[in-house]
Amino acid sequence: MKIEAATASVRVAGFYTLFRTELTLAVRRRSDIFNPLLFFVTVLAMMPLGIGPEPEMLARMAAGLIWVMALLATLLSQESLFRGDYEDGSLEQLALQPQPLYFPVLAKALVHWLVTGLPLALLSPLLGMMLNLGEAGYWPLFVSLALGTASLSLIGAVGAALTVALRRPGLLLALIIMPLYVPVLIFGTGTVQAALDGYSYGPQMAILGAILAAAAALAPLAAAGAIRISLEN
Amino acid sequence: MSWQWFHRLGSPRWFYQKTSAWLPWLGAASLILLSVGIVWGLGFAPQDAKQGNSYRIIYIHVPAAFLALAGYYIMAFCGAIGLIWKMKLSFVVMRAAAPIGAALTFIALFTGAVWGKPTWGTYWVWDARITSMLILFFLYLGVMALSGAFSREQSGDKASALLALVGTVNIPIIYKSVDWWFTLHQPATLKLTEASTIDPSMFYPLITMIAGFYLFYAWVLTLHTRSLILQREWRTQWVRELFAPAARA
Repeated sequence: MKIEAATASVRVAGFYTLFRTELTLAVRRRSDIFNPLLFFVTVLAMMPLGIGPEPEMLARMAAGLIWVMALLATLLSQESLFRGDYEDGSLEQLALQPQPLYFPVLAKALVHWLVTGLPLALLSPLLGMMLNLGEAGYWPLFVSLALGTASLSLIGAVGAALTVALRRPGLLLALIIMPLYVPVLIFGTGTVQAALDGYSYGPQMAILGAILAAAAALAPLAAAGAIRISLEN
Repeated sequence: MSWQWFHRLGSPRWFYQKTSAWLPWLGAASLILLSVGIVWGLGFAPQDAKQGNSYRIIYIHVPAAFLALAGYYIMAFCGAIGLIWKMKLSFVVMRAAAPIGAALTFIALFTGAVWGKPTWGTYWVWDARITSMLILFFLYLGVMALSGAFSREQSGDKASALLALVGTVNIPIIYKSVDWWFTLHQPATLKLTEASTIDPSMFYPLITMIAGFYLFYAWVLTLHTRSLILQREWRTQWVRELFAPAARA
């Protein structure tokens, strides 16, 4: 019993140390934080130029546009999730440790969400306003994005781990991960749409939460398996 | 001793030699069932009261959609066996199943579009079932792309098996989509546990076609697996011996 408790506390400490290191690294590399955000805002600014500035049309498309852009921004920033560690060999060191790979992967996905998903969610009401999204949609948009991008970070970690050993994984990563993103996208936009139409958006939000719970439990396991496969390559 | 067959099952060589005898039977049985079903369904089954003759595309559409979904399970299941028991043959079957499943999904989507035009007045709608079948198509393409991307074959095997397993999360959603979201696509016509909502005169040819498609799938999967085995094992003695007379002649 004592030994088990000790192992657990070592794991928690290891998780925390890694999480802090990753976060420090991410904060030091400013471009990693700002590039996805910049991409998100720039592409959204293109949308009214491309499809026309009529407020009614923009209002109808706002939630979907913001969600799709958030999905693309997450995907683009995901490619480098394990790359640096793979190239300098520290991923191998992590895999050699006696503790399961589950916790390092969880820490990395969490940091990825903190520096990309959460800022996107925080920025989304502003963009919603610019795209004429109804006021009723601001809060659901923020919460659905905050929950949804966390799932995206976790699911994307599986794809990033599968493709880390390949030289140019960009398009392949998109191809294998996009189908898995679809449920999150459907329920994310569903939440905002329900709120805009004046319905209760609780059920959709609950499903987003359920997806996040399942992703947090399973995706790091799959990603850990994928890392071991990639290291064999 | 009684487990010998199980260990042999993992050997590509044993599989190749054993299936040589099965192939003509599988091929003949599937072709007979398919031609009986086609002639019965397209020629003799009665017209539908509402849809006229256009409903007859069901005899291609439904079996193809069945096998598109079942094929994903077969692929993911073989991938799982390969990952757990490190069976070489199982990975080969998984790789062979991917393009066949993708083709069947495409057929289901295509016939659905052709069927949609006269009945719904449009080739394509973003309905739950149609959209989720499109996602299934992308899942197949992703597994195929990933399995080909690795320079080391074993890594490609394992990586695509893992992706196939992760993708199974989406399959029950696709399967249940017509019941959970009531959209344009009709709910499932055939049910295992209760009476089907289709008249027997239309039902029997459909069942014949589904059985034919299953046999056809087994036949094509075996053929494709055999060709992949030859590609992988061309350096081994038994493959060389297999083709030695042909090479000398």
